[in-house]
Amino acid sequence: MSDAKKVMITVRKPPHGSIYVHEAIEVMFIVASFGLDLSVVFIDDGVLALKTGQDTKELGIKGFMASIGAFMDFEVTKVYVDRQSLEDRNMSEADLAFIGEDETTEQPVRPTILDSSAIAALMAEQQSLMAL
Amino acid sequence: MKFTLLILDGPYNHAASDSAYQTAQAMLRRGHDIRGVFFYHDGVYNVSNASDPPQDDRNIPQRWSALGAQNIDMVVCIAAAKRRGITNELLVPNTRISGLGQLATMIIESDRLVVFGD
Repeated sequence: MSDAKKVMITVRKPPHGSIYVHEAIEVMFIVASFGLDLSVVFIDDGVLALKTGQDTKELGIKGFMASIGAFMDFEVTKVYVDRQSLEDRNMSEADLAFIGEDETTEQPVRPTILDSSAIAALMAEQQSLMAL
Repeated sequence: MKFTLLILDGPYNHAASDSAYQTAQAMLRRGHDIRGVFFYHDGVYNVSNASDPPQDDRNIPQRWSALGAQNIDMVVCIAAAKRRGITNELLVPNTRISGLGQLATMIIESDRLVVFGD
């Protein structure tokens, strides 16, 4: 897969108040299924989409927490979170939802927290960047 | 160079669709190819034939239709369209409804993806 096109999707909007995150996740699943080398980065209010224990039942909307838990099952494996965005919102790694489990150790896996400089370096490697 | 345009905002409310159209025109003038235009989020409203703007203003759906007539693939996301009540019967000519897989294919077959709207 080393010759697969590198595509990054950034999620910067808060969850539930709009459909942006929900529809961004739909794009992730399709892009990953087409064998593209997908990276996903949650930045700004987008990090709130990954917070554990969200329940949209009272909002009367479907929500997407189950989809986040299935990221790795759908080949969305490179999932990153901006460290500063997380800290600005008083969140830590423990607040992040699991995105699947490690194939070897069977341990649950959380998204990877990166500094903005590392995210910038990743962005520079991409052939396509979708800000959704 | 071969481009794909991804349009995320609806017509008139914001400049995204206008900016995308002007960019597409500039790309063609410069001799670039446009692999396709993909409409997502509220962007699906850009190609509704129910749109009927005042005669002295630009007709955004007709503009996209005219671009589609130049053999440029104009694709509306089916999931986003179904949510928003956009059906095949409501599309301007030279546009079509298909899946997000078409966006993935466009990305694979393009040198650059340009995103308009938020």
